[in-house]
Amino acid sequence: MAVALALSALQQNINLFYTPSQIVSGEAPVGTRIRAGGMVERGSLKRSADSLDVRFIVGDGIQRIPIEYHGILPDLFREGQGIVALGKLNASGVLIADEVLAKHDENYMPPEVTKALKDSGAYQQFTNQKGS
Amino acid sequence: MIPELGHLALILALCMAVVQSTFPLLGAWRGNQQWMGLAQPAAWGQFTFLLFAFGCLTWSFLTDDFSVTYVAENSNSLLPWYYKFSAVWGAHEGSLLLWALILGGWTFAVSIFSRQLPEDMLTRVLSIMGMISTGFLLFLIMTSNPFSRLLPQSPVDGNDLNPLLQDVGLIVHPPMLYMGYVGFSVAFAFAIAALLGGRLDAAWARWSRPWTLVAWTFLGIGIVLGSWWSYYELGWGGWWFWDPVENASFMPWLVGTALIHSLSVTEKRGVFKSWTVLLAIAAFSLSLLGTFLVRSGVLTSVHAFASDPTRGVFILAFLLVVVGSSLTLFALRAPVVKSQVSFGLWSRETFLLVNNLILVVAASTILLGTLYPLIIDTLSGAKLSVGPPYFNALFVPLMVILMMALAIGMLVRWKTTPLRWLQGMLVPVLIASVVLGMLAAFMLGDFHWAVLAACSLASWVVLAGLRDLQDKTRHKGWIQGIRSLSRSYWGMQAAHLGLAVSALGIVLSTQFTAERDLRMAPGESVELAGYHFVFDGTQHFEGPNFKSDYGTLRVSKDNRNVAVLHPEKRLYVVQRSVMTEAGIDAGFKRDLYVALGEPLEDGAWAVRIHIKPFVRWIWLGGVLMAIGGLLSMSDKRYRFKVRQRVSQSLGLKEAQV
Repeated sequence: MAVALALSALQQNINLFYTPSQIVSGEAPVGTRIRAGGMVERGSLKRSADSLDVRFIVGDGIQRIPIEYHGILPDLFREGQGIVALGKLNASGVLIADEVLAKHDENYMPPEVTKALKDSGAYQQFTNQKGS
Repeated sequence: MIPELGHLALILALCMAVVQSTFPLLGAWRGNQQWMGLAQPAAWGQFTFLLFAFGCLTWSFLTDDFSVTYVAENSNSLLPWYYKFSAVWGAHEGSLLLWALILGGWTFAVSIFSRQLPEDMLTRVLSIMGMISTGFLLFLIMTSNPFSRLLPQSPVDGNDLNPLLQDVGLIVHPPMLYMGYVGFSVAFAFAIAALLGGRLDAAWARWSRPWTLVAWTFLGIGIVLGSWWSYYELGWGGWWFWDPVENASFMPWLVGTALIHSLSVTEKRGVFKSWTVLLAIAAFSLSLLGTFLVRSGVLTSVHAFASDPTRGVFILAFLLVVVGSSLTLFALRAPVVKSQVSFGLWSRETFLLVNNLILVVAASTILLGTLYPLIIDTLSGAKLSVGPPYFNALFVPLMVILMMALAIGMLVRWKTTPLRWLQGMLVPVLIASVVLGMLAAFMLGDFHWAVLAACSLASWVVLAGLRDLQDKTRHKGWIQGIRSLSRSYWGMQAAHLGLAVSALGIVLSTQFTAERDLRMAPGESVELAGYHFVFDGTQHFEGPNFKSDYGTLRVSKDNRNVAVLHPEKRLYVVQRSVMTEAGIDAGFKRDLYVALGEPLEDGAWAVRIHIKPFVRWIWLGGVLMAIGGLLSMSDKRYRFKVRQRVSQSLGLKEAQV
């Protein structure tokens, strides 16, 4: 019984990861908490003038999605870097994030993002940019 | 030259470990005294060489020898000397060397302090520790040599230590954690030695228990330090994230907690022997699993240094060998050591069993949540994560049951307890704790069921402890009675009090925390939970290896100044990474916590303000548990060289949990 309980709790609390391409093609559910990630597009970060609302665009080299967040971004959040956001998609395809993760040093890329970029074939392009 | 000597010392230590793990074991099997006699000198030799190797690496750090790869990657000439020192274990290779050194130290300690053990037993214990050491030294030398050089093009300056690790808490955190992880190897070695020798009795439990207590205490301190560090250093104000790496250290601690309880039953009553052995194997295996998870790079976090897959494979293989061989041995030998003692339903044995079951189930659910994403990733390639709600949903109810059972477990006696007597003891405690819980829930502010439950449970545990104290001292009067109680009894009381304090801290700080993230320009102010925060802007200043924006916030309450907080945003120059240093006004009843987010235009900053009531209690409870462990370990029955079995009557009176 304990095992059944544990498994059902597990089932309810899994956050699946989706790439921007998957989200644009409609594979990700709307209104459920998901993880999404990619590279923050350069020049896409927009802050509100009087609150902590931010909006930025994340892409995997093929598709891009807007993310909205209210609060303080992590120390290592920078444009041109890989991040993972947790939140819910709204009806117009914007991810309303309640948590944004950008850990480690500037060369670090979340493994999900690495995989997403590799899948889309854009990994080489991003790593080259970093090297230059 | 110095690094080469260190490398040589490592290889010699490996040779010693091989000797230590083979000949003495064969000697114990064949009854060859001379071969058995090799165990101690080999253990001492191994420890000496490891100490020397560690000294060499430390020397390379302190003298800025950047021709050594590991030093170049993790240090910098600008780094203050104490961080140069702690950088020795700041990354993979050095931390493994520390692991090996601590293992050598534990082996040395066992050979010194356990001379009263029968010779074949001590020999077996040392041999098994030698085997573990052989595995780790092989790993160190083959895949992660800290002494390898960057020649001929050695860099002029190093790459600096990860700024997250440049902190006092982090100087102490890893050694403490390792003392715990590695310390469980002693319990493991004792269990395996007992299986090999077919001698699984109360004496075995008595030898093994103080070592387990020390390991458990250190691991507890390590976890508390880690949690405290993440609270003030990460700038989020959180103290536990159910991060896989945290879980990796928490699981062995939970199983270790079960182990010290189950050892006490084996020691006093001679039951649960096989179970205790299994727990000892599990605690050490989980420690190894923790090392694997943290060091192999399968998880991503501050702790995951190694991205070299061969390392992960090596630890995984080692883990499988350890778990596989010890379980095989268990399966072969365990039936020999069956016990024949019976006990009633309302007995201390039953309640310690309940304790064990709950702790093991808790550890298993955490294990499931931690490994599930890894398993799914390997099987189907899908990336997912298990959120904190999963862990909370399962862990919290388990702890509630644990605390309910704990109070009864303190009062019930060995073998069996008259139910009527137990009711007489506990009904007043139950009523008092519910009343206290209600009072606290209504007085502390808004009513929450969680607060009522937590306060009642904490009172239940504490009052039951007091009730037991009263019962223990009823014949001698308070002063005389209190003096006559053993240290391990006080240890038990302190640790249980610690659990209650931690539980209160966790629930109260979670329920009553007030927080706001907002934009603040210099001169602006904000009210939060009765406190008035005024932002005075930031100043620029230069540290030894970083540049800082040094903020100032004045806090007042009812027009009286409470504190001036200085949150910082630091840019570490070499690694170009930004770090948040929170400004904290610590207090017994509440913490004021301020962190700077990012700079906005016109000197304004994104500011995070938290008021966290009772948050210190979480760690205070952890410290109390550690004190409990130390008290219990220093009990005089573990100190005497030769002790006969403590008589049954004494065993009944002494509340030894």
